[in-house]
Amino acid sequence: MAEWKFTAKDFAQIPERFASGHRACAGCGPAIAMRLVLKAARGPVIATNSTGCMEVVSTIYPYTAWRIPWIHTAFENVAANAAGIETALKILKKKGRLKYEHVDVIAFGGDGGTYDIGFQALSGAAERGHDFLYVLYDNEAYMNTGIQRSGGTPLGAWTTTSPAGRVIPGKTERKKPIADIMVAHEIPYVATATISEWRDLVLKARKGMEVEGPAFLHVLAPCPRGWRYDTSKTVEIARLAVETCIFPLWEAENGEYKLSPASKKIALKSELKKPVEEYLKTQGRFRHLFKPENKHIIERIQKEVDRRWQKLLKLCGIA
Amino acid sequence: MAKIAQKVIALSGDEAVAYAVKQCDVDVVAAYPITPQTIIVERFSEYVANGEVDTAFICVESEHSALTCCLTAAATGARAFTATASAGLALMHEVLGVTSGCRAPVVMAIVNRALSAPINIHCDHSDSMAERDMGWIHIYAENSQEAYDSIIQAFRIAEHPDVLLPTLVGLDGFVLSHTLENVNVLPDDAVKGFVGERKFPLVRNHEGKMIPFKLDPENPLTIGPLDLYDYYFEHKRQQEEAMKKAYEVIRQVHEEYAELSGRRYGNGLVEPYRLEDAEIAVVCIGSTAGTVKTVVDELRGKGVKAGLLRIRVFRPLPVQDIIQWLSDKKAVGVMDRACSFGGNGGPLFHEIRHALYDLPNRPPVTNYIYGLGGRDTSPHLIHKVYQDLQRIAETGRVEQLVSFIGLRE
Repeated sequence: MAEWKFTAKDFAQIPERFASGHRACAGCGPAIAMRLVLKAARGPVIATNSTGCMEVVSTIYPYTAWRIPWIHTAFENVAANAAGIETALKILKKKGRLKYEHVDVIAFGGDGGTYDIGFQALSGAAERGHDFLYVLYDNEAYMNTGIQRSGGTPLGAWTTTSPAGRVIPGKTERKKPIADIMVAHEIPYVATATISEWRDLVLKARKGMEVEGPAFLHVLAPCPRGWRYDTSKTVEIARLAVETCIFPLWEAENGEYKLSPASKKIALKSELKKPVEEYLKTQGRFRHLFKPENKHIIERIQKEVDRRWQKLLKLCGIA
Repeated sequence: MAKIAQKVIALSGDEAVAYAVKQCDVDVVAAYPITPQTIIVERFSEYVANGEVDTAFICVESEHSALTCCLTAAATGARAFTATASAGLALMHEVLGVTSGCRAPVVMAIVNRALSAPINIHCDHSDSMAERDMGWIHIYAENSQEAYDSIIQAFRIAEHPDVLLPTLVGLDGFVLSHTLENVNVLPDDAVKGFVGERKFPLVRNHEGKMIPFKLDPENPLTIGPLDLYDYYFEHKRQQEEAMKKAYEVIRQVHEEYAELSGRRYGNGLVEPYRLEDAEIAVVCIGSTAGTVKTVVDELRGKGVKAGLLRIRVFRPLPVQDIIQWLSDKKAVGVMDRACSFGGNGGPLFHEIRHALYDLPNRPPVTNYIYGLGGRDTSPHLIHKVYQDLQRIAETGRVEQLVSFIGLRE
């Protein structure tokens, strides 16, 4: 398919589907991600959210930030929400009861609703091949309930359920490689993106809608409350995640991995790859790692990042 | 008398349900297999595979997703159906409340089966009784014929703009689900005509526009928002109002269907059997009513004034009918195929006794818990219940409020 071409001006002129005035915190990464993704829709679109920050901040009755039809049902089933909507649209169209040529269906889930409680519904929907875009807005913990650890929380991070204690220094487990797991489902399109690389994010969202079948977009979306940084730093921190290769940007079309520009630049010029400390030191959730006794954790994080980066380069046919 | 000729075919209860769903012009069926509901899913899959229905079938990975898919499909404007039992219903529990709260008129067959543990695949009503307060209309069938008839009626009831509540139809696991019965079926076009197209009431959206109640890109609507102490309570109150309106809708739909098919089940809410002049009455739900009717006939032959009130609709609870039919009885025995542990009686008992409480001269009411996990409920057992009721009628005293019958003690 032809890549969507647009200028920044064109993009600015696309009407907002996610209205301003919602109740997200200042500096909220997920709100930026959702706004950008929705701007990428081709035309008529229906969205659905899992329970979480973005559902809560966008819909306190009788207000709503949704200028498109939108439904929320529960926490663990947003992929099933999308499956039901997509199936209904298909059969209603077949029966001549749908007035639209096509309606894009987008499911938004946080990391808790995707890595953890919603994974079964997601895996099932992917296996059945529903035509929808699943957007994981990953702020790396259960932020809505007050910063609890999820399967998407990175190694070493402090959360309220993986506190930096005297004996256990934050989360001791790694982040689940969710995007790779979705590639393993052999769905047509999987990609990672973040809000600092907004054009890359938007193009991937559009591509995810354009492919026939399930598409999965993993968006790293920093959270100032949970990550403990100043609200003005959201985009910078997202960029550092890419520059340190903690969160490389890539896409896999029909299982073929390909690095996206921001990460490809680093792959071609390895001296651009920043040490993980540069990312970790920006956030209070990693503060305890800089104590002398926890130095080994930073080393372990660096080792993990390097290992995964090499693996990714191999998958992309670079290393 | 029926208006139209009907075919008689041998169907199990599950098959009768699948056959009814096939005729109701359902858009989306999403289901997950569980004994003893499996035959419904299997038969329906065959209809889909053979092109006999214009329905999208989603073979989901869990019951939680089955009901979720039905809910959002219904919110998108489709007619949706699912079926489950026991653990499957328990897994759906969360979504039951969401479905009624979103006012999605999903229809679901529950093939009643005991809950674990210990694991048991046979009939009792503990699964759907545990869902009593989830905002669904509950209809229970006595036989496969009624299961067929009730599914067809359920779509009309659930989708009625005054109601807009999800509706479940219970049929007893194995006793009905796996037992062949001669079932009269209506012609396809008669059912399609009876059920009709889904209607969408107009609702006011956030822009102040009156729009059809569904997800439609031209008329954006937010469904399932966060709703706190300032509006949640009113929304729950609306559900209760819809339940009240459902009484009349259930009666009307039942009446209209009776004219079409020639079959009626009392007034659609309760079915009295030889109850008018009865002195002692049993109240029960589901297939046990068939056995009770046989026993009533035997007792009547011996001059005992025995009768039965079968509760066909459990939610909304037909309080007025219960009062009307039971107020003058000398003894009432409520049979519960479910246990409310520590609740001093089963769920049906609580409700019947509650309905009669305000009567100046209320009859003595007693409770019999029976048939858990598929324990056989023989005529002999029902005879013992009536003997007990005769004793209560004579003395006017209930010796034991709650009895467990047909088990080792």
